[in-house]
Amino acid sequence: MRRSNWEIMMTMKFTALAAAALAMTFGNAALADAHSGKVKIGLITTLTGGGAALGVDTRDGFMLAIDQAANDAVEVVVEDDQRKPDVAVQVADKMIQSDKVDILTGIVWSNLALAVAPAANAQGKFYISTNAAPAQLAGKGCNKDYFAVSYQNDNMHEAAGAHATASGYTNAFILAPNYPAGQDSLTGFKRLYEGELAGELYTKLGQTDYAAEIAQIRASGADSIFFFLPGGMGISFLKQYADSGIELPVIGPSFSFDQGILQAVGDAALGIHNTSQWNKDIDNPTNKAFVETFQEAYDRLPTLYAAQAFDTANLILAAAGQADIADRDAFRAALKAADFNSVRGKFRFGNNQHPIQDIYVREVIKEGDVYTNKIISTILTDHQDVYAADCGLSD
Amino acid sequence: MSIILLIEQILNGLQFGVMLFLMAAGLTLIFGVMGLINLAHGSLYMIGAFAAAAGAAATGSFVLGLIAALTSAALFGALIELTVIRRLYARDHLDQVLATFALILIFSEATRWVFGSFPLFLDTPAFLSGTVTLPGGILYSKYRLAIILIGLAVAVGLFLLISKTRVGMRIRAGENDREMIGALGVDISVLYTMVFALGAALAGLSGALVGAIQSVEVGMGEPVLILAFVVIVIGGIGSIKGALAGAILVGLTDTLGRTLLPVLFASFMDPSAATTVGSALASMLIYILMAGVLLFKPTGLFGSA
Repeated sequence: MRRSNWEIMMTMKFTALAAAALAMTFGNAALADAHSGKVKIGLITTLTGGGAALGVDTRDGFMLAIDQAANDAVEVVVEDDQRKPDVAVQVADKMIQSDKVDILTGIVWSNLALAVAPAANAQGKFYISTNAAPAQLAGKGCNKDYFAVSYQNDNMHEAAGAHATASGYTNAFILAPNYPAGQDSLTGFKRLYEGELAGELYTKLGQTDYAAEIAQIRASGADSIFFFLPGGMGISFLKQYADSGIELPVIGPSFSFDQGILQAVGDAALGIHNTSQWNKDIDNPTNKAFVETFQEAYDRLPTLYAAQAFDTANLILAAAGQADIADRDAFRAALKAADFNSVRGKFRFGNNQHPIQDIYVREVIKEGDVYTNKIISTILTDHQDVYAADCGLSD
Repeated sequence: MSIILLIEQILNGLQFGVMLFLMAAGLTLIFGVMGLINLAHGSLYMIGAFAAAAGAAATGSFVLGLIAALTSAALFGALIELTVIRRLYARDHLDQVLATFALILIFSEATRWVFGSFPLFLDTPAFLSGTVTLPGGILYSKYRLAIILIGLAVAVGLFLLISKTRVGMRIRAGENDREMIGALGVDISVLYTMVFALGAALAGLSGALVGAIQSVEVGMGEPVLILAFVVIVIGGIGSIKGALAGAILVGLTDTLGRTLLPVLFASFMDPSAATTVGSALASMLIYILMAGVLLFKPTGLFGSA
């Protein structure tokens, strides 16, 4: 009995193997189709605690594109990183190991991205950034499976420096928080700024009172101010600056002037020039539809973070339509080709898989009751980051 | 650095200190009378700021917003005292820290649920916006000057309340011997609720005043809470006088350190490196101050052993 049972089992196994072999020979296409039914994306972003506004907009922008595509072949898992690197790493591990995602995306903060992206790449997963793009991952540390759809961290600051030069400012006072992105910001500003510096200050990360810094600005004899203070820090600085009676022109990167922040700053931000690669008034059908549908779906105007996440989702959707995720080389090539309709109009990747793009100067205006931005000029055209030259990848 | 800039920075330090005092006074009062470590004090600060922003947006008046802040912080203070905090007095500090930490999380997520994730708008009132010229030609923000005056007025008021009134007498008695004042027929639980609500109202006032020149957002209370703890440790836990002295000391050290240290380092270093080193050291300065004070006075400046 035993023996014959065993024999039957062996026969069945053999039959199964033979069937599988047959399927592999003749049914390759069918199997591949079955697999491409599952591009699984892990979206890790900040949904609770400080900075959740940015993560919520990232998620909402991303899911808007996914919902609009209504593509059953793409599945998204969303989880909160609480803006903590250790939590982000845990969530990423869980997504890779138990959810079996193919692509990770969504992280807002550079320190979190640095903790997650290289490890994800090492485990053979794509990381496609919706926002954070630190210098470490753009130059020597670039990776064939790492893409930044947003920008390279220095871009906005370089544009601000170029704008200060173009505006004829010769004695700028510059300040940023004392942490890696803050130091990169001032370095980025100085790269394309040709004037003198009236002062250069590093503030505490998370600082909310800028009275001491504003007093120094007043005493410095500066002719303009550049600051990079993301989130609540920027709100505090702008309100206190407006209250100080100093009337020097202010330039900043878009991070302190997004749709969410402007409403909290109010009149204090009006007229300020800031640099960005996106704005809601960029004139193309994709952008128009994005702004309209985002407003319909969430009853608010989208921020830069939502726009970048929307582009990222559309990039992935486009790649999924052109290549099978199981064929990693083909999928990577499809991502790099970036054949999708971007809210920025044109979009292409450089050799280090960061965008080569135009950067605009925007001015803060009031439309009815809503504070928002309008583009006033293009300050950098087809701009690429300086780190691309150190990256071993080719176009 | 000119003398005018130095005076302006001293005023800034004073204003920062006074703001810290409003937070620290409630914290130290609650610890002094009830022996409770209240980590949720920062949440009451946040509630004050949100109530002020919502009140000012609804009525268009900053003063009404301030009143909304005071009442809602006091109400929430009384509410959590009655429901959660009073079960903790007999427990050890670890249980108190754990339970009040849970309150932080509950308040933060509840606030996000009600007001959303985006920061709220709260502006200085028209009659206090802009600057005023002080003697000597110093341009100074009217609003910051008002914060200094309000803070000092609250300090005087608290001092009178504690040293001259019957309630103050009971608070002092409660600090000295909790069981005895209960035995003498004072309704200790009402006193505790009142003290807690008073501390909460001060935190709410502080949040509302600061909210007008900072960002009103979820999580705004925790960084201030840490500073307030530094203040009461320096001043001596349980002492209002100590909280005032500690707050002014921390305010001045932080502000002057931030501005003077980079200048000092720049006199013998490359300016860019001096900025980095100076700012890094400046952010440690108040903790160095705290360690220094504790080295010589382990119970703080005005603490009783």
